[in-house]
Amino acid sequence: ETRPSSSSFPGRVVSNYGSCGGARAGGADFVREAPRAEEREQVRCPGGAEVLQTNNGPSLRGLTTIATHLVKQAKKEQLLGSTAEEKAIVQQWLEYRVTQIAGHSNEEDIRIILKDLNLYLEDKVYLARNNLTLADILMYYGLHHIIAELTVQEKEKYLNVSRWFNHIQHYPGIRQHLSNIVFMKNRLYTNPH
Amino acid sequence: MPLNPPLSLGPGLLGLGSSALMPHAFPSAGHVVPFLTHPRVPALHLDSGTVLFSPNAICQYFFLLAGEEPNDLTNQWLEWEATELQPAVSRALYCHLVQGKKGGEVLGAIRKTLTYIDQSLTSKATPYLAGEAESVADIVLWATLFPVLRDESCLPDELQALRSWFQTMNLSEPCRSAAVSVLTPKGAQAFKVYLQKQPGPILHWEKPAANEPEEEELAERSLSEEEIAAAAEAWARGPAALPERWQPPSPVLPVEGRRNVLITSALPYVNNVPHLGNIIGCVLSADVFARYCRLRNWNTLYVCGTDEYGTATETKALEEGLTPQQICDKYNAIHVQIYRWFDISFDYFGRTTTTQQTTIAQDIFQRLLARNMLLTDTVDQLRCERCQRFLADRFVEGTCPFCNYEEARGDQCDKCGKLINAVELKKPQCKVCKDSPVVKSSQHLFLDLPQLEERLEKWLEQSWATGNWTANSRFITRSWIRDGLKPRCITRDLKWGTPVPLDGFRDKVFYVWFDAPIGYLSITANYTDQWERWWKNPQQVQLYNFMAKDNVPFHSVIFPCTLLGAEDNYTLVNHLVATEYLNYEDGKFSKSRGVGVFGDMAQDTGIPADIWRFYLLFLRPEGQDSAFSWTDLMLKNNSELLNNLGNFVNRAGMFVCKFFGGRVPPMELGADDKRLLAHVTLELRQYNQLLEKIRIRDALRCILSISRYGNQYIQVNEPWKRIKGHDADRTRAGTVTGVAVNIAALISVMLQPYMPGISATIQRQLCVPQACNVLTDTFLCLLPPGHQIGTVTPLFQKLENEQIEALRKQFGGGQVQAARVASADVTPPGPGGGAVLAGDPQKVKELAEEVAKQADHVRQLKASKAEKGQIDGEVAKLLELKKQLALAEGKTPELPAPKGKRK
Repeated sequence: ETRPSSSSFPGRVVSNYGSCGGARAGGADFVREAPRAEEREQVRCPGGAEVLQTNNGPSLRGLTTIATHLVKQAKKEQLLGSTAEEKAIVQQWLEYRVTQIAGHSNEEDIRIILKDLNLYLEDKVYLARNNLTLADILMYYGLHHIIAELTVQEKEKYLNVSRWFNHIQHYPGIRQHLSNIVFMKNRLYTNPH
Repeated sequence: MPLNPPLSLGPGLLGLGSSALMPHAFPSAGHVVPFLTHPRVPALHLDSGTVLFSPNAICQYFFLLAGEEPNDLTNQWLEWEATELQPAVSRALYCHLVQGKKGGEVLGAIRKTLTYIDQSLTSKATPYLAGEAESVADIVLWATLFPVLRDESCLPDELQALRSWFQTMNLSEPCRSAAVSVLTPKGAQAFKVYLQKQPGPILHWEKPAANEPEEEELAERSLSEEEIAAAAEAWARGPAALPERWQPPSPVLPVEGRRNVLITSALPYVNNVPHLGNIIGCVLSADVFARYCRLRNWNTLYVCGTDEYGTATETKALEEGLTPQQICDKYNAIHVQIYRWFDISFDYFGRTTTTQQTTIAQDIFQRLLARNMLLTDTVDQLRCERCQRFLADRFVEGTCPFCNYEEARGDQCDKCGKLINAVELKKPQCKVCKDSPVVKSSQHLFLDLPQLEERLEKWLEQSWATGNWTANSRFITRSWIRDGLKPRCITRDLKWGTPVPLDGFRDKVFYVWFDAPIGYLSITANYTDQWERWWKNPQQVQLYNFMAKDNVPFHSVIFPCTLLGAEDNYTLVNHLVATEYLNYEDGKFSKSRGVGVFGDMAQDTGIPADIWRFYLLFLRPEGQDSAFSWTDLMLKNNSELLNNLGNFVNRAGMFVCKFFGGRVPPMELGADDKRLLAHVTLELRQYNQLLEKIRIRDALRCILSISRYGNQYIQVNEPWKRIKGHDADRTRAGTVTGVAVNIAALISVMLQPYMPGISATIQRQLCVPQACNVLTDTFLCLLPPGHQIGTVTPLFQKLENEQIEALRKQFGGGQVQAARVASADVTPPGPGGGAVLAGDPQKVKELAEEVAKQADHVRQLKASKAEKGQIDGEVAKLLELKKQLALAEGKTPELPAPKGKRK
């Protein structure tokens, strides 16, 4: 029998920060900071999956679905991308966020994620090129506990990820209660590997 | 629909949901997405330089281009697809394509996700996932599901909303063309290469122990009002609605207009006492199916017999000082006796050493010869001049040409593991007389398989499309053909076989694998002179071959090629049913180590044949290997049979006797009762569907589910309390009792293929008329109010721990050590019965020493080339000692294993 476990639901990724807090740290709270419609919405996470109970519609499930909904409610649509291409890119990285960066990734998975992101970000400021989007925000929340564990040498090795991460964490309103991660300004290791 | 433009962009889209699974949109080796370590396809490369590697994002992009913005619902579906559905479908495909599992197990991996989709569609009551119109969600989910489902027919009936949605999607032009351009002609097989490279998905739902593939709990399926009403209506029709039982005249022959089912079980080799694995692999599995077919009123013939020709029989005859024919007579009787004990319902159990075999085999041979399907070639073989015969591989020992190990076998070296060609052995020795054999060339005939390959493939394609071939049988066949067919030798330098009717080859016989499958035909010919109506009648006959997986190539490639080449409108196999292996406890059955339970010993355990049948069928290695375990046998007997099935049937009958004077009371069905009827009907249909696909083990669970429903029903309604209450309560007690006893009657019919003895006992106790032994898709009230039942007694006995521990020790092989000391080249004892006594350790020790001493003595006599008479006398003494030892150990004196495996 299939037992699709609740653990494969995206919210788990950040649930290291407390049961339901995970969902908040995962992005919902960020958009709540922004001005929003006068509705009382609740984010619950029964069995590990976030559910957003809206006032005038069915409940919504899933980290990126809820975050996207809240972004629209907050009238911050630019966070979802402005062109079709940008929207698709945002969608893609949101999916990557919930499928690849799972809470229980092993070391090898993490290494590949960082390596791939590092290569991707080589010529980009943000995931969707030149604009901050929801993809950056949720990716930041998803990677925080991983980046926090990196050694100075590893941070240097994934230089582009470090630059991007440092940039995002200093964006106003993003970091919330998460710790500030320190990145060295000077390179300590001459040999890139 | 704004859909068409994006979808016409082509095949890349089909990978959608199946993201990384897209097999050939890009060369598999290349890194399609420059920044990703793992190759991901499909990918969409845009002019701006952007590479989209997520199929869902690509799809979303096309919809955006077409002016369709995503909304909460489509987002939610896409996220759910990526996080839930996709992993489940990957598991299902992996399990189907790489692990070769079938239907139920594959569907099992995605059942919950399918139910989720179905419920969403049902609750929203919209034709599409996100509303009245098709959206990106429909495309994405359809594409993910398509490789596993292909068409809606494999979806369970109860998922109606999903079925109709999937069907609509399948028929839509863009989806159709995407499917055609990407997946056909290889179908989901296209994903195989990709999946094979993946580590096995973590199958949370699959327990490592093969014996418990499913949760033993009653999943409350949602029933529609129509289903409930239909079940109640069918029930009310009563026994009059039963079709008349078809009882074919003897001999059974195909009847125009009827479903004519011809069932064969792989022919057991005569000088092996079959072990439980052999029994479940062929004769018992085929028996269940044959009995089921008869219950369905299908015109059924089940034939089997012993395969008797070949080297092993010759050797055995030499050892026992009998003629090969005498050996065959002796062991054929043993087989017959074992299968009779297991209650196997052959229409005819024959043998291959008959004149019909010679006639038919030679006829087929002449036809092949006349059609130029045979080749001649020279083969080098070792020949022992002293024994006057060519030596089969396993009758030669010598020094390994690779590692110089001195006791290498003719086919393989046990030390370095390398495969050896017997003529390359250094210092070869005949295993029987220890003389050095010489290399002799000999002319042989070969079946020209390469010439027949094309015809074979054409036939296979058709047979696979229409028949039920188990996944392993398809897989094994495919790998044989993939490696290319080579001419195959069909003659041997032996005496004991069907003579080759051709000058220059008259001192040879047919190789057993050319000869043995022809046994099916000749055995039928010994049953009826009109055998050709079964075997040259593919238009009217459906042929089912049952076997263990090691026999597959002979039934799927070699024998069909023989028959195709002979061109006489032969009936070829339509359904090839191969089991995996049954292991014993944690290892293999081993005759030589005395490990495991063999056919002739099962009856000495005191456990009835039907319990053996039940347990073997319960763990039938269907789809994967399983293991016999004594503890598990005890558990299943005590929980499934005693507490579940037996308890239910017994209670139902007892209530009728105690509260209603042995007559079935009147019934007034309420909503709950009708709901129960519908649940039972669903299980019955499931049972039929599974057995039609020869999923014997899974179908057995439907019976157990029904009795679980029954127990629950009695427990909830408490007829034993209500009977003491007021009128309404008493009526209710009557209804519950009447419905329960009718469920018991239905169980007695459904159980018949599995436990014929228990089935008959239930029917005797409840006085179920013989006419009720017909199975349809409806649950009828077979025992109407007023029906008089007989005396009800318990059906099963509890198995106790001590009893099981004693049996485990007895068959565990640990105590055979002492006996093995002497198991050299002496004449073995026959498979005698002998009382089973508890072992006295002191006595065992003394006897073991005596046996060892006597064995040494015999060896010395032989080494010093003493007179035959003297040796024989000492051997007889040794045998007697060994027998005593065996008895003292509390085990049945056993046959020694023929060394090596035949077939």
